[in-house]
Amino acid sequence: MTAQPLPEHPDFLWRNPEPRSSYDVVIVGAGGHGLATAYYLARNHGITNIAVLEKGWLAGGNMARNTTIIRSNYLWDESAAIYEHALKLWEGLPAELDYDFLFSQRGVLNLAHTLQDVREGVRRVGANRLNGVDAQWLAPDEVAEVCPILNVSPRTRYPVLGATFQPRAGIAKHDHVAWALARRADAMGVDLIQGCEVTGFLKDGDRVVGVETSRGRIRAGRVGLAAAGHSSVLAELAGFRLPVQSHPLQALVSELHEPVHPTVVMSNHVHVYVSQAHKGELVLGAGVDSYNGYGQRGSFHVIEQQMAAAVELFPVFARAHVLRTWGGIVDVTPDASPIVGTSPVENLYVNCGWGTGGFKATPAAGWTFAHTIATGEPHPLNAPFALERFATGALIDEHGAAAVAH
Amino acid sequence: MLLITCPWCGPRDEAEYHYGGQAHVPYPERPADLDDEQWAAYVFYRDNPKGPFAERWTHSTGCRRWFNVLRDTVSYEVLASYRLDAPRPELPQAGGNR
Ligand SMILES: Cc1cc2nc3c(=O)[nH]c(=O)nc-3n(C[C@H](O)[C@H](O)[C@H](O)COP(=O)(O)OP(=O)(O)OC[C@H]3O[C@@H](n4cnc5c(N)ncnc54)[C@H](O)[C@@H]3O)c2cc1C
Ligand SMILES: [Zn+2]
Repeated sequence: MTAQPLPEHPDFLWRNPEPRSSYDVVIVGAGGHGLATAYYLARNHGITNIAVLEKGWLAGGNMARNTTIIRSNYLWDESAAIYEHALKLWEGLPAELDYDFLFSQRGVLNLAHTLQDVREGVRRVGANRLNGVDAQWLAPDEVAEVCPILNVSPRTRYPVLGATFQPRAGIAKHDHVAWALARRADAMGVDLIQGCEVTGFLKDGDRVVGVETSRGRIRAGRVGLAAAGHSSVLAELAGFRLPVQSHPLQALVSELHEPVHPTVVMSNHVHVYVSQAHKGELVLGAGVDSYNGYGQRGSFHVIEQQMAAAVELFPVFARAHVLRTWGGIVDVTPDASPIVGTSPVENLYVNCGWGTGGFKATPAAGWTFAHTIATGEPHPLNAPFALERFATGALIDEHGAAAVAH
Repeated sequence: MLLITCPWCGPRDEAEYHYGGQAHVPYPERPADLDDEQWAAYVFYRDNPKGPFAERWTHSTGCRRWFNVLRDTVSYEVLASYRLDAPRPELPQAGGNR
């Protein structure tokens, strides 16, 4: 195993046009989801008169801040279907977009440290297999074969009692994913407009007909929200509520090391997850901060607990140094599943609530959201993720498989 | 780390507390009259403001009592803490460094 060089940074990937006065579709938020939505609107539905409006810089939100884990080993049928659709798209995207964003299918281990974890893991492996998702249950010695630096000794505070393993899971270079999507969307005529904050909505009765922005009014046939942590702020401006709460979620990286960590390891119980980036940094994440926040930074005591857990699981990390920590703002729903579909406002569509795990879904979120915007109807894959489920009670309770504590 | 003042024990580290979400969410007065939408609003929908937010915390490793905190969700500044039976404190409209 050798550290991989990153792809060359092309100097020109998209135009920076002035916003026009009207579009068929306006997408709010140029994170991975907004960009993928624009890309699939153009590719799958032939709609290219689109603007993606971004208040900051392209993909500077959670897209630039996440730990890039991609997997589809979720418990419920609805989630397995949408995340597995995403994983299949990931497998073809580098070729389709003609951009090597280093999608690396190195597998993911979700560790079990208690009898209840073991039961949940074994159940999830069974559920995954029934849904055609690759999954195995590994005993501690098999876990050590996949990841030799992991401490599976029974003498730790929370011994590793086993793990689920999804071999097709992995990581990708998130910035490059965004740039790859942006380049293709731009080439098909989509206007990507940075430094353009949506501050209100133009409505005609119950119907949205455009947006107010920091760069003036833009009329739109349809509007799609893909604003992650700020979705409820925007919904309020549009006149409805979303059952989401915004929480800080943070991550950190070490300095560069020789390749030592061959897979992705996640532990829900001791609250740490680790992979090694292509250049060699150890990338570590933890749970969300308990409180609501928009400040894009996380609590120090979370780092303390996460490091303690990491060093116990990986004694080899004991002398690694933290180089950088940062936070993002994630939007968490009561059932830890996203909301993708129509809204109470006609022609206004929502994609939000992906919480701590939406990077992996990027292509499927874009695919299904584009379908919903283009046709006005949900795609079969996102139909169960409608806002209405909170009133009907048809929740998709994924707290167990979401893998980050919130 | 936040420094939160328990009304009974005084200022302590955030790590001594547990978060309880939005404050001042009363149980429906006539539960039998609520339809599904109204139950959903009570059970699943909470405010998520950018700015001052009244929220509940419990001093779990101290006196174990619940109380309310007014906190800014952007700056994370703790603006006030008060007992559950007290009303939400008024904030000065502009300026000041509380
Ligand atoms: C520390 C961390 C680790 C994570 N790790 C993983 C992981 O390993 N795997 C995984 O699958 N997921 C992970 N996630 C979650 C994932 O990053 C998010 O679910 C996903 O990025 C959300 O979709 P998005 O990319 O479109 O959001 P974002 O990239 O946040 O895009 C939303 C955009 O909307 C813009 N916006 C907001 N308001 C407005 C407005 N009014 N006008 C214009 N623009 C606006 C924002 O500036 C932002 O760029 C992690 C998140 C964090 C913070
Ligand atoms: Zn106390």
